[in-house]
This record gives sequence, C-alpha cells and structure tokens, in this order.
Amino acid sequence: MTGTIKPRDAKELRQAVEWALGEGVTLDVRGEGSKLALGKPMQCAQVLDLSGISGIVDYAPEELVVTLRAGTPMREVEALLAQRNQMLAFEPPDLGPLLGLAPGRGTLVGAVMGNLAGSRRLSAGAARDHLLGFSGVNGRGEAFKSGGRVMKNVTGYDLSKVLAGSWGTLAVLDEVSVKVLPAPDQTATLMLLGLEDAAAVRAMCAAMGSPHEVSGAAHMPGRTALRLEGVAPSVEARLKGLRELMADAGAKMEELGTLESRTFWREVRDVAPLNSGPDEIVWKISCPPTEGPAILGRIKAQRPTARAFYDWSGGLIWLALPPSADADHTLVRGALGATGGHATLIRAPEAVRAAVPVFQPQTAALVALAARVKESFDPKTLFNPGRMG
Amino acid sequence: MEMPPLDPAILDRRTEIVAALRAIVPGEGVIDDLDGMRPFECDALSAYRQMPLVVVLPETVAQVATILRYCQDNKVKVVPRGAGTSLSGGSMPVGDAILLGMSKFNRVLELDYANRCARVQPGVTNLGVTKAVEHEGFYYAPDPSSQIACSIGGNVAENSGGVHCLKYGLTTNNLLGIEMVLMNGEVVRLGGKHLDAEGYDLLGLMTGSEGLLGVVTEVTVRLLRKPSTARAVLLGFPTEAGAADCVAAVIASGIIPGGMEMMDKEATKCAEAYVGAGYPLDAEGLLIVELDGPPVEVDYLVERVAEIARGRGATTIRVSNDEQERVLFWAGRKAAFPAVGQISPDYMCLDGSVPRGKLVEVLAEMRRLSKQYGLRVVNVFHAGDGNLHPLILFDANDPDELRRCEELGADILRLCVRVGGVLTGEHGVGIEKRDLMGVQFTEIDLDQQMRVKCAFDPDHLLNPGKVFPKLRRCAELGRLVVTQNNIPFPDIPRF
Repeated sequence: MTGTIKPRDAKELRQAVEWALGEGVTLDVRGEGSKLALGKPMQCAQVLDLSGISGIVDYAPEELVVTLRAGTPMREVEALLAQRNQMLAFEPPDLGPLLGLAPGRGTLVGAVMGNLAGSRRLSAGAARDHLLGFSGVNGRGEAFKSGGRVMKNVTGYDLSKVLAGSWGTLAVLDEVSVKVLPAPDQTATLMLLGLEDAAAVRAMCAAMGSPHEVSGAAHMPGRTALRLEGVAPSVEARLKGLRELMADAGAKMEELGTLESRTFWREVRDVAPLNSGPDEIVWKISCPPTEGPAILGRIKAQRPTARAFYDWSGGLIWLALPPSADADHTLVRGALGATGGHATLIRAPEAVRAAVPVFQPQTAALVALAARVKESFDPKTLFNPGRMG
Repeated sequence: MEMPPLDPAILDRRTEIVAALRAIVPGEGVIDDLDGMRPFECDALSAYRQMPLVVVLPETVAQVATILRYCQDNKVKVVPRGAGTSLSGGSMPVGDAILLGMSKFNRVLELDYANRCARVQPGVTNLGVTKAVEHEGFYYAPDPSSQIACSIGGNVAENSGGVHCLKYGLTTNNLLGIEMVLMNGEVVRLGGKHLDAEGYDLLGLMTGSEGLLGVVTEVTVRLLRKPSTARAVLLGFPTEAGAADCVAAVIASGIIPGGMEMMDKEATKCAEAYVGAGYPLDAEGLLIVELDGPPVEVDYLVERVAEIARGRGATTIRVSNDEQERVLFWAGRKAAFPAVGQISPDYMCLDGSVPRGKLVEVLAEMRRLSKQYGLRVVNVFHAGDGNLHPLILFDANDPDELRRCEELGADILRLCVRVGGVLTGEHGVGIEKRDLMGVQFTEIDLDQQMRVKCAFDPDHLLNPGKVFPKLRRCAELGRLVVTQNNIPFPDIPRF
C-alpha cells in the first residue's frame, strides 16, 4: 500500500528524498494532484505531497516577480496578482474539468512542471518562458538552485527550462521565482463567422503577421476568434485595423467586449469545448500553424466523428476522438507525418495510457540523450518513474 | 586568467591531427600556420589571447559530425566559434584544442512568413536575419549591440539579449528550433516550426550553454511583425535616485516599454561629446524610454511616461517627433562604449543583473569601490530589466591597473550577487566570470550543472576551461554513496 509523506519545509523535503534514496523508495511527487490523470500511470512506493510547503515568499509588483513555495495553489497566486493588476502572462489553463475534476485546483509549480500555456503562448510564451529560477532537491538528495529573481540572467545553464515540462521527473522543487506582467486594461475579440478550417488558419496567420498585436487566435467550427489586449485607445484602433485587414476573408464579423472576451478565452484556455464528452479520448497536437488543417483533415478522414478546435493560430489542435483501446495513436501521430510537431495524449482511461505512448516518441539519439539528462538529476529514478513514457 | 594545463601528448600529435582534419575538410578549410590563425587568437574579450592548436572551418553538417566524432575518439578538445564577438571569452581559443569556426554556415535556408519563422544556418549574423525579412515588414527581436557582426549560432550559445528584452525576450524566448551535433557525432533536431518540446526542453537547456554542450548547425527563429511606430522619450533627472524611481514607477503603472535605458552623468558626457545627441549635461541620471506599437497607443503611453517623469522631478523631458530624432536619442546610448573608449586607453565592460529596486544602492556602492581602487567607473544599463553595464576605465599596458581593474570588476559582481542579482545578464560567464561562479552558486549547484554537461560531453572536450571554475571528472560526479537511514524521519508528517 502506498503511504504519503508530507514535508513542511525545504529541509524536511531534502530529508524525505534522502530517506527515499536510502530505502530505494520511488516517489509520486504531487502538489494538489490535479494532473494525476495526465501522463503514464505510475506505480510508486510513496506519495511525496508538497502541499505542506506552501505560501508566497515575496511579491514585488514593480520588479515583475513573485517568489513562492512549491505547494502554493494557483488560485492563491492569481488572486494575489489580480490585486495589483498583474497576471501570469502564459495564461495557465485549468485542465481539472477536462480531466474530470472540479475547477480551480492545482499549483503554479504543477503548471510549470507541465509547461502549460493558454492562448497567449503565441505572444507571451509558455510557463518555461516565465520561470526565472528555483530551488529544490535532486535525486541524490542534494539541495540545489538555479537561475534567480532577475529578468536577465545567463549565469550557468538555464536549468529552469529543462525543469519546466519535466513532469516532476528530474527534481522536486521547493521554491520558484516567476515573472509576472501587467494585466491588460481592455480585451476585445474580433469574431469571424463561417470560415472553413483552411480559410480560418489563413486568416489567423495573416492576423498574427499584422502589426495589430493579436494575443490569441483560435478557431472552432463556425467561429474564428482574434484577441486584442491593451489600453483602450490602442485596442480600439487595432480592432478597426484588424477589421479592415480581415475584410478580405469575406466572413461576417462580430465583436466581443472585455467581459465576454474574458469568458470566451477562459473557455478556450481550459479546453471547455471538448469537456462535454467525458468518454472521449483527448489529444493535444502542436504543429506548424499552416499544417493544422491538413493534419486534422487526415484524422477526420478516418474518424469522421472527431471533434476539434484550434488555438495558437492553428499551431495547437485540441482533438477529441471516440473511445478506443489504443487512443488511435498510430493514426494521430501518423497524421503529423513529416511536418514536425508532436501529439500528447491528454485524456484517456488509465489502461489506455498504460498501453500507448502518452508523449511523442523521439528518435533513438534523443531518447538516449534525455535518459542521460534524467540520470544527471535523478540517477536512481526516484521521482515519478515512467511518467513521461 | 588561468586555463587548464596543455596536454603535451595532444601537442605532440599536432601534425597527425591536422592531417586528420584535412581528410575531413579539404582545401583551405584547415588553417595551421601562425599568420592564418592570428585572426582567431581572441574574441571580443581581447585582453586575453591564445593561439589554438589548429583552426578548422567546416562547410557541411556531415563534416562537423565527423570532426566531433574524430575528436571524441581521439580525446581532442574543441572550441566552437561563431563570429567571435563574445565579451566573456566564450570563444577564446585553448592551446591544445581545435578551434571549430562556423563562419561558412552563412546561408538563409527558408523564410516562412505564414508561420512567422526563419530557418537559417548558424553563421548568419543577427542583423542578417532582420535584413532578410524586413522588406516584408518583419524582424528578429533580440538585438545585442554587436548585432551587425554576431552570429545567430553564437546568440543561441550565449542566450543573447539586447535593449528590447524586457518586452520581447532574450534569444531563448524567440527560438523555435535547432539542429545540433553532439560530441559523439550524433546529429539531433530540437523543436522546429512548432511550439514547445515533446520531451525535456533540451532546446531551452542548449540556449545559453556557452558552447559546452553541442555545436549548433541550424537555427529556426521566430519572426515578429515590426511595430507600426516607435517613439523615444529622453528624460533627465537631477539625481540618479530620481531616474531609478521613474523606472520603477513606469513599470508599476503597467507600462512595459520596448526599451528603457539609463546612463549616469559621466556616460552621458562621453556620449554627448562623441555623437552630439543633444543630451542634457546637467542630468545626474538620464533615461531613454522607447515606446512602440500602434501610433495611438504610443502617443498615449508617451504622455503617461512624461507625466510619471514630471512627478519624479525630471528636469528634461523631450519626446522624439520623428524617426530621425528617435535615432538621434539612441545614437548616444548606442555609441556609449566607443565614446568611453575615447577617454580611456582601455575599458572593461561588466554585465551584472540586479533587482531594479537595488539600482540606487548598487550605484552608490560602485562609486565607493571606484574610489577605493582608484579607477573610474562609467555606467550605462538596461534599466528596465536591471541589467548593468559598468565600464571600468584602465590602461592595459599598466599591469597594476589591469590587476586592480580585474579586482574591482570582481567586487562589483560580488555586490550584484549580494543584493539578490547575478553575475551576468547577457554576456555569459566564459572565462571572464568563471572563477566567480562560487559567489553565486554552491558546490552542489555547480556539480549539478556539471552533471548535465556530462550527459552531453562525458569527456569534457567541448569548450574546456569555460564557465566552470574547476572541472570534475564525470565518473567522480556520477558516484553516488547511498546510506540507509534506520529512522525514517519521525518528525515529518506521514499518513
């Protein structure tokens, strides 16, 4: 039976890892456990619960940085930043409802570990781009740190990047410093109606390549949304310019104001359009934007009931497929072809995730290199063993 | 600056190594005569010079792979070099190492405007990317001041920045993919035209790794649409504290300028004498704030910045009214280094980063140190992101001045770390800050970084003597002594 160990500070965390190392005990590392259903199922001897190492350490709005402990809930961070009219610009999604949980759970460090990002990925980057530094414990039971609290830092390797998106398999963090940015005063959305996928992606790419500073470009059946953010006079002027630019697409246009826009983009961010079918398999495909429609076309030719929508100007496809034992992974990854990109299985029953590669398979050279990197942090494979398989 | 001792066995085998390289890269791609190698004996940290064992300039990825595999098999060290503009000695040669120059990889391979990216060879210059796409209204955002000469491959190695980082990010935030060759000759691709890594973010790890992990052979960068307008505001303050306060207030008000630069009185004076940009000579702290975007937004923000500056006691507030005037405002700042070069035989440029709130404290302490060492320090910095560039004026022909300059530089960087900053914001560690790494990192921190190095280069052959103050062998670093604990930490809550 699995036990839980719940350290209360960095020192206890290090002791816990040291103990696990001595006993040869594998650790299921988690914050609030909101993404447990994501990744390869694991068999760990112990749960390492980080929710006891929680709280804001320092928040300096004029420095654009917040430092917090690893177990700090995302909702707490977002509420704090909102008080000073700031935000996490990478727009971390709340995948709870998609994964069958209540909304509003999860930690900021959990979002970092998954390198999550919402629609603003295009203009502001992902979690990786906002993690300035961290401290934590490696699989040798050693406390170490990397990066710092300043915006510009090239001192030593940028370990923050490789930790972001490592799904807890390299080290256990106890503290992170994250870049924050001013929240926009106003948000507007220009909605193009009735475009087919290919025309929609063309329109989104044209918008992204325009000087109108579009901060979100998503397309779902019948609706193509372009987001503008900033100070009121700027949003107004850019909306006008974007309307003129989009006249070529020949689509009927509508506008959403700030409040409606916020709701709409939150739903895009949280993949809400695919929440309705709890049994469907959900994939996330990252590809060159212009390849999106062809990739989805190849999948839909085989699975006509597939549901999907695009974000990131076409470079992100959220795909829901009817239930199957193999999640149609050969079909999905085959559809990517030689275009470059990757497909990640986001939602599937445990047995399916155990049977198929959840993350995009890589070349032999990269698999070997990644294994050596893993070993350099966690030589005994204590942390989340097999989760990224 | 002490470098690792030369390996006499390798020096003895020089003829054989040169012949092996000639078999891989035919013709003039292998340079082994002293005159031919002279241009490669230093990079932009020109106080330090060293002839390499031999210079090789490959033209194909296959040649790079064969060279690295040969070096791995024969335990020959390799120093990769882009354009040689490193300010930290990142591409300074090592006496028993091959210098692998990537200058012949100078082609733009693909421009993909719909997907807003460019695929180029690593020897293409930073400005070359922008030049290739500007006719379509696009540009490549990171703009280090050496952009006319520095190569994109070198930018990847150093994670180069520039004056627009605060708003547009460093190289790492503008890079989509690379192809690289590992020390064992394997060629791998990381990323591409899509976003984010499929496994570990090795692309992010490679960026800023200072040529110690692999040799980049192709780069895919993100292109941005050029903002429709940019205007600069020139602000003079009677005190440095006033200027620093203004920087904090602008950011706290929710404005992220395209660039926000500060110069002290001495730097302002030098720059003004050099280019005549019309800077106010009475200002103790001078700010250049650039705002870019749609005209209506720029006009609106210019007004708000001016208002904030007035509230902070600015004695000069001038807004550029046309492109010519904007360029003029910048001309002084951009010429600050050569301008300082006019008043001193030599200068050393530092690169610490500090929390913005510590700017005033750091400036005052630097002034005290400057007096203590008897050397003048002139300050220009990227105030928006707290990245300082103190210039220490000295005469390299005076050995005592060089020594004092190095010591003063080290003290200033220690000061940066002490107030919560870091040794280098954008120039890299190289050899210059190598021996100070222990100020910022513990031995465990550095061991972890070296273990990552071992995952890529188990024999420490790539760019030796850089970044790490002392290299430990990978076998030693990998050793793990596990002790079993009989008492499983009774204090920690368990359930």
